[in-house]
Amino acid sequence: MLYARLIVMRLLKAVVVLFLIVIFNFVLIQLAPGDPASILAGEAGATDEEFLRQLRERFGLDQPLYVQLWHYVSGIATLDFGWSYRQGMPVLDLILARLPATLLLTGTAFVLSLVLGIVAGSMAAARVKKPSGSLIMALALIFYATPLFWVALMAVVLFSVYLDWLPAYGMYTVGAGHTGLALMLDVAKHLVLPATTLALFFMAIYTRMTRASMLEASQQDYVKTARAKGLSPRVIQRRHILRNALLPIITLAGLQAGQMVGGAILTETVFAWPGIGRLMFEALQQRDYNLLLGIFFFSAALVIVFNIVTDLVYRLADPRIKEAS
Amino acid sequence: MNDTTPVLSIRDLTLALPEGADRDYAVEDVSYDVARGEIMCVVGESGSGKSMAANAVMGLLPKGVSASGGEVLFDGQDLLTLDEKQHRQLRGLRIGMIFQEPMTALNPLMRVGAQIAEVFEAHGKYNARERQERALALLDEVGIPQPERAIRAYPFQLSGGQRQRVMIAMALALEPELLIADEPTTALDVTTQAQILELIRNLQRRHGMAVMFITHDFGVVAEIATRVCVMRHGRIVELGTAGEVLDNPQHAYTRALLDAIPSNVVPQSRDAERPAPLLEVKHLHKVFRSRGGLFKPAREVRALDDISFTLAPGETVGIVGESGSGKSTLGRCVVRLEHPDSGSVMLSGIDYSSLKGDTLRRERHRVQMIFQDPYASLNPRHRVGYAIAQGPIANGVPRAQAMRRAEELLELVGLGAVAVDRFPHEFSGGQRQRIGIARALALDPELIVADEAVSALDVSIQAQVLELLDELKRKLSLSLLFITHDLRVAAQICDTIIVMQQGRIVEEGTAQEVFLNPREPYTRQLLDAIPGRAHEPAMA
Repeated sequence: MLYARLIVMRLLKAVVVLFLIVIFNFVLIQLAPGDPASILAGEAGATDEEFLRQLRERFGLDQPLYVQLWHYVSGIATLDFGWSYRQGMPVLDLILARLPATLLLTGTAFVLSLVLGIVAGSMAAARVKKPSGSLIMALALIFYATPLFWVALMAVVLFSVYLDWLPAYGMYTVGAGHTGLALMLDVAKHLVLPATTLALFFMAIYTRMTRASMLEASQQDYVKTARAKGLSPRVIQRRHILRNALLPIITLAGLQAGQMVGGAILTETVFAWPGIGRLMFEALQQRDYNLLLGIFFFSAALVIVFNIVTDLVYRLADPRIKEAS
Repeated sequence: MNDTTPVLSIRDLTLALPEGADRDYAVEDVSYDVARGEIMCVVGESGSGKSMAANAVMGLLPKGVSASGGEVLFDGQDLLTLDEKQHRQLRGLRIGMIFQEPMTALNPLMRVGAQIAEVFEAHGKYNARERQERALALLDEVGIPQPERAIRAYPFQLSGGQRQRVMIAMALALEPELLIADEPTTALDVTTQAQILELIRNLQRRHGMAVMFITHDFGVVAEIATRVCVMRHGRIVELGTAGEVLDNPQHAYTRALLDAIPSNVVPQSRDAERPAPLLEVKHLHKVFRSRGGLFKPAREVRALDDISFTLAPGETVGIVGESGSGKSTLGRCVVRLEHPDSGSVMLSGIDYSSLKGDTLRRERHRVQMIFQDPYASLNPRHRVGYAIAQGPIANGVPRAQAMRRAEELLELVGLGAVAVDRFPHEFSGGQRQRIGIARALALDPELIVADEAVSALDVSIQAQVLELLDELKRKLSLSLLFITHDLRVAAQICDTIIVMQQGRIVEEGTAQEVFLNPREPYTRQLLDAIPGRAHEPAMA
């Protein structure tokens, strides 16, 4: 009951925020120099004023700004995100076609980094001041400090070129015509390199945070109480220390989850992954404004959704939150 | 019950501190027994090493501290020779322990019932359902209201006293032969403290346990001890039955500790006539809206309910009450850290509570505050001199001049001018409270609000700080609003005492009237709850 009300309230707020974001993005794009019509005309080699005027008229670019904005906003309200003149397709279709690939990549990376980061962090916390603990932290620091694209390129060189274990790019083997289980395996194989690359950075952050947070939690009085009960170190570590240490991790995981649509541009480009990131990159280069706005909208919506999800998870994890809010 | 075979026998125990500590040994050549059916009180001030032997018994010595001699015999076994796994089998099963801070000693994310059930789980007793049933029975035994609801509660939904009861339930779960209680009532209100002491005494009788009770408070000792061990700097100063030690202390240190307890003798009030008030509080109201906990439905809390009183220049008014009485809110309203819903605070005729902007900035220095926690109220990354000079600098005093003034003030509060360049962590609790006082004085205030300023300090230090406050008050002709939960401390230093309960003034009068002839039942109840009060005549 309490949750239902909370979710409804948050969704109402989200609609307002999204509306403001749409307007803001729209105005921002208008501020960019040059309109799509002149670029289209320029590429077509036409310098004819009349041709430009026709183009503008066809796209509605001759209308006053507020009319264009109204068309755009009312379009979004009916899930019409406009037409991509570059790709010759509706924006929504383009995005929906690319979204699964991106979510597969970023979602895998998300789960991978979260699980491995927490496991590595707990191990490092339990082995503090031991060589094995220091080794984990050193690795985490390296992954944290190394640029993503470099890791990606090196991974390609090592695993694809040199060892030839994994495919270097794409989402599936073109022309192989796999179906069913074979297709899944094929995709999984293609997924390994980009997902790992993308996961490394956040994994490093989770490792460091989990360790710091666990060391702090292990100083708390309730840990002493748990020891006084005669509980085994393993139970204390898991039930008392880790559970309390995970609270700050949730906040960070929420932030990472919010980046799932727009956060993989580099990785998708390096590994030629057919996702939103690359779509956005192309749209940017080609001044495909409708497409760009559409992608912005989707990533903003995802950030908002994951903020709400994070808050709910936080409430489940920490009973004190309900009381305080 | 007169079985005197010791359950625990500590023989020549010496515990070495890590290198670089301020002394070599945490405890040195300590020997004492704890017998079945007795309460052994280990008394000492902070740093006396009173808790260390207990930690050694539990196998919970802090990192770096290790036994370098002696033995700790429990059931014929030397506990110092046990490994962690063997120790773990004793903890919770045969030796139970309660800690000082009920607020932080329970896992905030686990239900109370689950935390009690864990004790059984740790020692492989019973199945899940039996564990819950036993947890429920335990909660009932330690006197928690509505145990069937409390078992599903999270710690934050319980009050401090209830949490301490939960801790006791956990420690008693497997009927240990030895119960170690490390300052179990220090963080509690007097009336709650009295209830918890009563509970421990009853349970001890019922189960015939041996209890090792660690405290800094001789009042508590007088209340429950069978035998007493006084410790100082890691050594035993005096050891004997409660009667011997309290009535006929042999050692000068024990006498000093007993003397430092605020006595029942109230100083004569200084003068009867009252000049025009410096502070005039009129009809203050403040309501906090809370969502409530397990045993209290969502409600509004009246923190201040029509509070009016006056304070003359040079006078000390004590506000006495338990937690939740609104006494701190009152102090915070006076210094304007909190806004009252209605009513006014007049400062020598000016309506201080409605000042704004520049006028407020100009007048603000006149009322300063000393906070309760000397550890948390100083920024650990600022040098002491800067911490004191910060206020004057913010008010436009040139830096060099403010720093010079800080040196003078540190001299004045007895720390010496050299302290300016040191960091707060280099000082003890009492010294930090002196820094807090110097900081309050830096702005040349007329009125100082001291919110539980001595509550976190050891008795002997407490006496020194009270003396300092009294001396400064006279030297600098200050007025003092002294907020405390301790009626006895208030009686020592205050001219007038105001007793607060649930946001209202219950009783108001001179220190003598309130302390010696309380009119209201609540005041009497507070006085009766003071530990060791019955024993007082013999002690003085």
